[in-house]
Amino acid sequence: MSRALLASAIAACARALAGPSVRWVDSTPAPGQRVYFANHTSHLDFVVLWSVLPRKLRALTRPVAAKDYWSSGLRKAIAVNAFHAVLVERSAKSTGADPIAAARNTLEVLLAALGTENSLIVFPEGTRGNGLEVGPFKSGIYYLWLKRQDVQFVPVYLANLNRILPKGEFLPVPVISRVAFGAPLQFNAGETKESFLGKAHAAVCALREA
Amino acid sequence: MNFKLDHQMFLVLNAVVGGLFVASLIGFILSRTVKSEGGKTTVENLNARIHAWWIMIGIFSISFLIGPAGSMLLFALVSVLALREYVSLIDTARADHRTLFWAFFVFTPLQYWFWYIGWYGVAIILIPVYAFLFVPIRLVLAHETAGFLDRAARIQWGLMVCVYCISYAPALLTLNIPGYPRQDAKLLLFLVIVVQLSDVFQYIWGKLLGKRKIAPNISPNKTWEGFLGGVASAIALGTGLWWMTPFSPLQAMGMSLAIALMGFAGGLTMSAIKRDRGIKDFGTTIEGHGGILDRMDSICFSAPLFFHLTRWIFISTHHAVYKH
Repeated sequence: MSRALLASAIAACARALAGPSVRWVDSTPAPGQRVYFANHTSHLDFVVLWSVLPRKLRALTRPVAAKDYWSSGLRKAIAVNAFHAVLVERSAKSTGADPIAAARNTLEVLLAALGTENSLIVFPEGTRGNGLEVGPFKSGIYYLWLKRQDVQFVPVYLANLNRILPKGEFLPVPVISRVAFGAPLQFNAGETKESFLGKAHAAVCALREA
Repeated sequence: MNFKLDHQMFLVLNAVVGGLFVASLIGFILSRTVKSEGGKTTVENLNARIHAWWIMIGIFSISFLIGPAGSMLLFALVSVLALREYVSLIDTARADHRTLFWAFFVFTPLQYWFWYIGWYGVAIILIPVYAFLFVPIRLVLAHETAGFLDRAARIQWGLMVCVYCISYAPALLTLNIPGYPRQDAKLLLFLVIVVQLSDVFQYIWGKLLGKRKIAPNISPNKTWEGFLGGVASAIALGTGLWWMTPFSPLQAMGMSLAIALMGFAGGLTMSAIKRDRGIKDFGTTIEGHGGILDRMDSICFSAPLFFHLTRWIFISTHHAVYKH
């Protein structure tokens, strides 16, 4: 089975399970390179986010996922073979490597994955939260922006996915979810790391009530 | 469980389709003639509803014509979707997760399975007894006491209304009424027609004459005029359909009254939940109507009563038991 077909089949299952209602708030599903950044509460997040994008955009949109979780067995088949996911090291803690070198390496991987036509789905919290509040963003997304200021950074809020498949559970409950896309962020040329991450975080949180 | 397609069913299904044609025609004419802003919104909503009716009746008819398995499967799916809307709307805790899994994937299929194999004795107590006890036990095992009674009651209530009560509609197919061989499907048709048209009649009477609000802080659109006109019309319709049921005209009248009153009560009760949660509809699945639960609220409450009244009249097994 071709990758696109497999991914579409999984996406259809995810949509049936999560019944997402989708809203584009002051935003449109336009072509062009983008980084969709969202809050993270469930393993379903990237599948659902990917599955609600228009078909044309899906083919060029790659989720970024943690290598330690998604690189073996069935998970690998789903993430890598079906969704063409970009696997990155979550942090240097597991390997004991130099954190700066590891971060630089991750950035290189993301830049290569972005290339000249792809879009990415990232979860800047770096780990799954409990769904009550959006955790602080890691700085990787800021360094990505520094290198690629031509790419649009689109905030996304995923609601209720933590109720479908929360952290620590393996059986899903079919609660209705919501996906809200916001307008691409506007940054100043000399944006500092703190103000960049603050704006990005606020943009995701603002979609909560949308 | 028995099923046979007879010409009465065809007649009624054809009449339903004919009625929809008339409704679509009226909707079309209204969309051309009504000019005021408020009127336009109403007509747009009316046409969305009529459009959704075509789809709902299409799906219902297909499953109905497949036979008992089709109807069971359809209502099981309706239960899952209704429960899903309900659970999405209420607050559930992280610790409820596995209990909810049981509700969706064990109790719901089991409930319909027991009706399907005709095990009446278990079907009527599976949820009120076994699920009722199971839910708090499973919650206790999750070691979270905060809001315990609330959480248990919410899940129990969802199972009762969305699964147990709705399952009484296809359960009508299992009645096997003496002297009414292989015709139970017409009871389901009777229930669905009376309860849904009662809603439609209430809507129409309310739009035409509605003035005095019946429960303004629960459901602002419901009026005494709509209620009385709707119930009276539903009774007239149900009585007029006596020939397709095992009932005498008088019995059909009483049944229609019970169905319409319970349907109204169901609509009002579910409105109270929506009000409490601060929303207008349970979902957006059915265009113009809201969610599945918005369309099923009247069936939830009327189906169990209709089932047991019918059973009480025609299947008097208790005589056999208590005679000795």
